[in-house]
Amino acid sequence: MSVPIRRRRLAAIALASVAMIATTSACGSDDEGSGSSDDPIKLVVDVFGDQGFGYDELYKQFESEHPNIKIEQRGKGLGLGDYNTRLTQQITAGAGAGDVVALEEGTIVQFYAQAGKFVNLADHGANDLKSNFLPWKWEQGTTPDGTVLGLGTDVGSMALCYRSDLFKAAGLPTDREEVGALWPTWDQFIAAGQKFVAADKKHKFVDSATNFYNVVLMQTAGNGTGYTYYDKSNKLVIGENPDVRTAYDLSTKMIAAGLSNNLQSFSNEWNAGFKNGTFATIACPAWMTGVIKGQAGDSAAGKWDVAKAPGNGGNWGGSFLAVPKSSKHPKEAAELVKFLTSAKGQIEAFKKVGNLPSSPQALTDPAVADSTNEYFTNAPVGKIFAAGASDLKPVYLGPKNQAVRTAVENTLRAVEQGKPAAEQWEAALKNGEAAGK
Amino acid sequence: MSLDLHTTAPPGGGGDPARPARATHRRPASFTKLDLKFSPYLYVLPFFVIFAVFSAYPIVYTVWIALTDRSPLNATISFVGLDNFVELLTDDPQFWNAVVNTFGIFLLSTVPQLMLALVLANALNRKLRAQTFFRMAIAMPIITSTAVVALIFSMIYAKEFGLANWLLDLVGMDPIDWRANRFASWFAISTMVDWRWVGYNALIYLAAMQSISKDMYEAAALDGASRRRQFWSITIPQLRPTIIFTLIVSTIGGLQLFTEPLMFTSGAGALSGGSEGQFQTITMYLLDVMNTRFRWGYAGAVALVLFLLIALVSLVNYLLARRISSDK
Repeated sequence: MSVPIRRRRLAAIALASVAMIATTSACGSDDEGSGSSDDPIKLVVDVFGDQGFGYDELYKQFESEHPNIKIEQRGKGLGLGDYNTRLTQQITAGAGAGDVVALEEGTIVQFYAQAGKFVNLADHGANDLKSNFLPWKWEQGTTPDGTVLGLGTDVGSMALCYRSDLFKAAGLPTDREEVGALWPTWDQFIAAGQKFVAADKKHKFVDSATNFYNVVLMQTAGNGTGYTYYDKSNKLVIGENPDVRTAYDLSTKMIAAGLSNNLQSFSNEWNAGFKNGTFATIACPAWMTGVIKGQAGDSAAGKWDVAKAPGNGGNWGGSFLAVPKSSKHPKEAAELVKFLTSAKGQIEAFKKVGNLPSSPQALTDPAVADSTNEYFTNAPVGKIFAAGASDLKPVYLGPKNQAVRTAVENTLRAVEQGKPAAEQWEAALKNGEAAGK
Repeated sequence: MSLDLHTTAPPGGGGDPARPARATHRRPASFTKLDLKFSPYLYVLPFFVIFAVFSAYPIVYTVWIALTDRSPLNATISFVGLDNFVELLTDDPQFWNAVVNTFGIFLLSTVPQLMLALVLANALNRKLRAQTFFRMAIAMPIITSTAVVALIFSMIYAKEFGLANWLLDLVGMDPIDWRANRFASWFAISTMVDWRWVGYNALIYLAAMQSISKDMYEAAALDGASRRRQFWSITIPQLRPTIIFTLIVSTIGGLQLFTEPLMFTSGAGALSGGSEGQFQTITMYLLDVMNTRFRWGYAGAVALVLFLLIALVSLVNYLLARRISSDK
């Protein structure tokens, strides 16, 4: 009978389907070979954050200079936590990451241990660009053994953003010089807050204890030990580092004064807080200006302003661009990284989303130094942020910084929810220890 | 295959059968034998390939990784034996906190969920106006995405401007910070789970009830048994296998509870499940260990212990449910 023939045919179909499953699962995202420089090339850039990195114009420019290259960006709108989880898996697996990936200040140390999975940008002439970056920024992007892991994009710097309309209603000064003069120290900042909440029962003074805490910690550590939860030999020192305790105590004092709006940062409630204008100030690294503008929207334009932050200097956040080894076009990707992190590229990103350049040339460029931000009542943001950035002292963040930070932040949220501060400090030590294990 | 046989069936008959017969004879006999022997395996191969890649390999790998200190932060992987398990069982209060939360939410959601489902099914089993509409309606929540449910419920349970607190205010009670209080958060999460799954279970019970013979109810009614008595003495014992089924499915789902508590908070550190881990479940802890602490080996151990817990609880459920009818 004819059955055996049919069987064979079916067997062939079965085999074909198995082969198909095998090939589809083996198939990567893009398989263009790296042949001559005229072959069409697609470069994928992975970024994070609701505002992205403000690179759209720069991509177009790069594409027009390299007609064979197309750039695709992924990750805009993705939170840093989710982004970093995914990136860690992709880097460890050696597949799936973009040709260019963004690494945040708090997470880049984690990738030092995996430096072998990244292209050493020194092989693509990055060392010649050393003077293009603030020395401490360059240092953060380089592993202890000298591999250039990433080139700096922006730095956080530090200022304080405030709602001048709410300040006025509460009888506080509104001029940014006078506002800055209100709080030479954080204690005076809290005192100003107490005046504010006494006059205005409807609004809170600060968005959340955790943002306040991070800013104070980074500033205190910058002026003090130079590290936070981990010392420079990667030993956990949450309890031993006096800077952590100082920042923690200031935060609990601020909560006890009833200044916090108790909003979990980057949560839906926090976003809604900007829209509904439920708090009057927020600690403002340069990138936060983009967040405020994005979340508070046009209706709040002109209500926000920027003043000098209490204390002295400080930095929170800022990123790097790196090229994973899994990239099929490391040469072109490295070119793109150099282009995006050039002084020109950083100035463009600053104009788009307010990320403060990490390049000294860009910082002194009139486009940055003399810039004002229309949304923030034409505040001279360039002057305010750039002033602090040049003489910043770097703060070393350990490999599991993010995990420990979350554990400590959670205890501050518990204090906001009414738990005793002393008990929560003990919990911070214990949970931080467990998270950093 | 049957389609193939039909289409090649000779339409005219006559001398045709000879042709395919010749075709087979042209092949070497040994090939046919091989073909007959191995083709069937080839047909079932796709399933086993997929099973091996997506199920068997991950399971074996989890066991292996649980015995190591693998982490993307470590340059080398070293074998640590049972250290991960020892630490997990003896020196990890956060894990036990997650176990307590998981079981607390599981009990708080599953018990009312199955009872409510039984009552609903019983009500729908009677003659009703617009019967099909109601039966469809109770199953609707299951098709909504868990993420959407969680998002909407987290707005209902918002600290300020939330519907739940507004209702509490109406009856003169103080508002509750649903995320700060442990029991309140369990309650809130349980309502999300129940809203979604009551209808599903009711539908399963309803199907089972329909297959119970009407004669039994008639006989009981003749003997003067009340509706309630019929429910307890006929319906429940007859539903025993179905109840066991729903119990086991709910146990597996309940112990793996993840999306609802995760989405209950948004923003940074959502995996911590509240400021003090008030509603961090085992699966959330697993991901916390894996993705924020990067202890992949340890996460493997958490996964295996979770598996054992589910097996254990399912067994207990089974033994309990088996007694339902023998008691009556």
